[in-house]
Amino acid sequence: MSETSGAGRGTVTPTRVVIALCLLAPFVAMLWVGSYAKVEPTFIGIPFFYWYQMAWVLISTALTMVAYVLWRRDQRARAASRNSSTQDGGASS
Amino acid sequence: MNEGVNVVALVVFCLFFVAVTVMGFLAAKWRKAANENSLDEWGLGGRSFGTWITWFLLGGDLYTAYTFVAVPAAIYAGGAAGFFAVPYTILVYPLIFTFLPRLWSVSHRHGYVTTSDFVRGRYGSKGLSLAVAVTGILATMPYIALQLVGIQAVLDVMGVGGGENTHWFVKDLPLLIAFGVLAAYTYSSGLRAPALIAFVKDTLIYLVIAVAIIYIPIKLGGFDAIFEAASGKFETINETTGKPTGALVPAEPGQWTYATLALGSALALFMYPHSITATLSSKSREVIRRNTTILPLYSLMLGLLALLGFMAIAAGIKVANGQLAIPQLFENMFPSWFAGVAFAAIGIGALVPAAIMSIAAANLFTRNIYKDFLKPDATPEQETKVSKIVSLLVKVGALVFVLTMDKTVAINFQLLGGIWILQTFPALVGGLFTRWFHRWALLAGWAVGMVYGTYQAYTVSSPTQAHFGGSAKEMPLIGEIGYIGFSAIVLNLIVTVVLTFVLRAVKAPDGVDETSPSDYTADAGDPGVDPEVPPLTAATH
Repeated sequence: MSETSGAGRGTVTPTRVVIALCLLAPFVAMLWVGSYAKVEPTFIGIPFFYWYQMAWVLISTALTMVAYVLWRRDQRARAASRNSSTQDGGASS
Repeated sequence: MNEGVNVVALVVFCLFFVAVTVMGFLAAKWRKAANENSLDEWGLGGRSFGTWITWFLLGGDLYTAYTFVAVPAAIYAGGAAGFFAVPYTILVYPLIFTFLPRLWSVSHRHGYVTTSDFVRGRYGSKGLSLAVAVTGILATMPYIALQLVGIQAVLDVMGVGGGENTHWFVKDLPLLIAFGVLAAYTYSSGLRAPALIAFVKDTLIYLVIAVAIIYIPIKLGGFDAIFEAASGKFETINETTGKPTGALVPAEPGQWTYATLALGSALALFMYPHSITATLSSKSREVIRRNTTILPLYSLMLGLLALLGFMAIAAGIKVANGQLAIPQLFENMFPSWFAGVAFAAIGIGALVPAAIMSIAAANLFTRNIYKDFLKPDATPEQETKVSKIVSLLVKVGALVFVLTMDKTVAINFQLLGGIWILQTFPALVGGLFTRWFHRWALLAGWAVGMVYGTYQAYTVSSPTQAHFGGSAKEMPLIGEIGYIGFSAIVLNLIVTVVLTFVLRAVKAPDGVDETSPSDYTADAGDPGVDPEVPPLTAATH
């Protein structure tokens, strides 16, 4: 009993939703080809189609970094609360 | 192409080649651990690589010489459609962020070396594990062969490939030497050799791209002129098809193809055994997640490299074989010595993935065919020995493949390999998150996906080929042209889900799961993880 409630302690938290959105955004942007299949506006002579996708390399990297930082904070918070709960009662296992 | 040998370029090329050969052999002594004779050591570099080594290793592994030649070649031939490689590599990283750390953890706790090891442990099914192993080996072999095609393209442009009338032995001698050397140091040093050589490879590649992307547009009059020339070329009508030869942006009907190719390829990439081998060699799950934030630098480079395809058009490069377009562009644009550096980058770029791929295929054979079916009581020493020998055989096989068969055969098989390897996705990634899928349903789904995908690819014709002419075909129900691998994986999933319901209803035996939920989140230092990896103190040397 305590195992499921312990691991699932608020499985869907706001932080996790943000992480999921960060990881999902590149899929929406890249698979919706119609949104960027055009030549104008060009950037230093490069058609929109090409520079937009290359820009998304940077955007998705930034999003993954945000997800990474949030995820680490989430893990640390969980580990901290797990430690304190074992110190309090020791019955959670 | 054979206008004589470019001596300066050849000398520079050979110097780099000798340097990495020496490094390859010395690598055996690099970060050496106590227990040399285990498969963890030879096949996974002792599972000890930190963030930077993993970054170079994965980058060197995934962005192969063939990629460097083929992606710009596709752009050169048809324009926008070839650029799907960029969204494909963008989508890969959120995916691996999600599932690879789980695979790393469970593999460390149970000592898994291959994906098939995990599948066998998770589902208690040797049959399913064999299916995954065979698919992996089949998909990897043509990939190794294509690395040779990459080296051949460079040798051809340097003028040492020989002409039509050259004796076959003389013609192929440089390739034979390159592969002999590769085979020897992979045998002696294992995964440490490509890990060390990857430093040289990637440094050279980044240098060449940085120079090319600035220097060549200046010589050609800027990107405006480059894209104007490309647009002009793509508007000319192809005489056999009656359609324009290419496009600067994908037209409406091509957009489904573009999106499904990007998604399907992204899902497939980390099913390949060599990607998993490089991942499992890292020393903690942190290393993997951190890498998803720095690996996209390679995607940026790939995007810039793809633009070289347009530059080849603007520079008036005319080659019958599109794969020679980029080497020829380098030869025409750069001074000879720097062309030599660029060729060395491509050549060494072929050696790193070829080594890792052969190690990965050998590990699959040893763990999931030899140990599971032929000799269950094999000792770690025997496993390592078999792996070393199989890595040699795999390379010889690839060499014979390239030398005896037409290049298009290797390309066709690689195309098929992508479709095939994608069919292992439900068993592997599904298994990392849930035990709901039934092992027999997964096996049936895999079989259906394999047969459907192979048949569909067989029926695609192109102006030059009656079969295996491409990887896109009309998708059932949707009616748009899409990636065959994508249709096959959807079919595979439907079969798997339906059969799982049926098998669960009739209470078919489920198989023993040797993993537990906590295995999937364990990190280095947790109980049960440390004992199976060699002491991490080895990493400080």
